[in-house]
Amino acid sequence: MKLVTVAGPPSSGKTSVILHTIRELKKAGISVGVIKFDCISSGDEDTYQAAGVPIHIGLAGNLCPDHYFVSNIEECVSWGLKENLDLLITESAGLCNRCSPHIRGILGICVIDTLSGINTPKKIGPMLRLSDMIVITKGDIVSQAEREVFAFRVGRANPSAKVIKINGLTGQGVLPLADEMKNTPDTITVNDCSLRFAMPAALCSYCLGEIRIGRDYQMGNVKRMEF
Amino acid sequence: MSIENTHLQIQEGLSEDYNNVRLFPEVKNMTIIGGTNKSGDIEPYSICCQSGDIICLVGPTGSGKSRMLGDIESLAQGDTPSGRKILINGEIPSSSLRTSAIGLIAQLSQQMNFVVDLTVREFIALHAESRLIPDPENIIDLILKTANNLSGEQFSPDVSLTQLSGGQSRALMIADTALLCPSPVVLIDEIENAGVNRKNALELLVKEGKITFVATHDPVLALMGSRRLFFKNGGIAGIIIPDEEERLAMRYIQKVDDQWTSWRDQIRNGGVLHLDDSKKKIYNRLIL
Ligand SMILES: Nc1nc2c(ncn2[C@@H]2O[C@H](COP(=O)(O)OP(=O)(O)OP(=O)(O)O)[C@@H](O)[C@H]2O)c(=O)[nH]1
Ligand SMILES: [Zn+2]
Ligand SMILES: [Zn+2]
Repeated sequence: MKLVTVAGPPSSGKTSVILHTIRELKKAGISVGVIKFDCISSGDEDTYQAAGVPIHIGLAGNLCPDHYFVSNIEECVSWGLKENLDLLITESAGLCNRCSPHIRGILGICVIDTLSGINTPKKIGPMLRLSDMIVITKGDIVSQAEREVFAFRVGRANPSAKVIKINGLTGQGVLPLADEMKNTPDTITVNDCSLRFAMPAALCSYCLGEIRIGRDYQMGNVKRMEF
Repeated sequence: MSIENTHLQIQEGLSEDYNNVRLFPEVKNMTIIGGTNKSGDIEPYSICCQSGDIICLVGPTGSGKSRMLGDIESLAQGDTPSGRKILINGEIPSSSLRTSAIGLIAQLSQQMNFVVDLTVREFIALHAESRLIPDPENIIDLILKTANNLSGEQFSPDVSLTQLSGGQSRALMIADTALLCPSPVVLIDEIENAGVNRKNALELLVKEGKITFVATHDPVLALMGSRRLFFKNGGIAGIIIPDEEERLAMRYIQKVDDQWTSWRDQIRNGGVLHLDDSKKKIYNRLIL
């Protein structure tokens, strides 16, 4: 089974892009399932189900979705194998801009939209910088100049990735992404694979759920401002 | 400074990095090889377009104009619903050309907007920066001048993009695409926005040597093309090359259109329409 990780800011068009890609892959007889990582529930389960795509949802709650991802990805792969999938796609909404679900040796895709602002490519960190392919969506509603500026900045933030444009509404431009997924090698297990980026760990008591303010409640790695 | 000179300067001022931005070869011509229409009938046309050509796409809504623009944008290779194929300089484009993000193809459409919050000047400078143009002052001035010529209402470089009227921002988009976008092919989807001189806009793109495709319901634009593709049921149903008669009709329609524009501007600016005696006679005859 092939495994692909797709990450990107909320509402960047991940689900739209994945669905169009799956439509293309189905034509080639490839069976695809999706695991969606989110914090709180989204309507994506219904969207995938309506499209006849096997879907499993993982809700991270108050954990960082990427941390939650890495603690569960092995089981996800087992699920995919059990479902007899040819390809398993994980979709995660990157929220904290410091983490990334991309795994060494596993195709990593970042989806980012032109509406998110021209400084976003620089800001969103490892999920873009360490991906193999970057998909730019929503180019249909901004000026040509902004599309170019955006693509240029994406290229600067990650010079080694392939950058493609996809219209998430029509699916136009989806073929190169489908080809990339088709050609990615099979994975039997992700056990012993490594993340491409060491995620910031839980540092302090607040990461563990503390809400009260005051030195008495602060434990672990606490960094103080200088005045 | 003329457009040619500025372009030369841009070329000379480019750093090595430029090659990373410009991922495509010079485009002398582009060929569209017909596929099938919505009923699966063969589309028996192959169209070769040269640099400087304007190809107009006409036909009712839903007849396949957008599908054609989509095929061109993605440099289709028989892998889209239409089955069309696009060749560049007579050859199948490389896969890197097909997937390059700063592409061969630029687009202008009615639903496109400026979304960054910058002044006009800052915005053009930003675009110039992404083209690695070290000293953008000349190109900024040229784009501003051109955009102001295309738009009836003048605007200053220090106004915010979000404050531009529909016509002004369309004019700026066109001038910027013609003068600063590297793409040799431009797709235009409906620019009949009031307040833009469409004729000058198209002439500007032609002057820049671009291959321009225009999907339109506007007769003035449609007649301006060197060829006109007529769409029906998702495919090309005919190709019309304007003849002498059409060219004469076009010049007349153009005149009416210019007259219309000037009246609109007069009325908008609080003016009153005056007709001299010969005009009065003509109009009296025409409205009978
Ligand atoms: N105009 C336009 N809209 C798009 C495009 N791609 C996606 N959208 C719209 O953007 C919205 C969000 O798209 P989704 O695919 O749900 O985004 P997502 O990244 O999966 O969102 P989350 O999973 O909630 O983070 C939807 O309304 C889409 O229809 C595009 O290329 N152009
Ligand atoms: Zn995180
Ligand atoms: Zn913490």
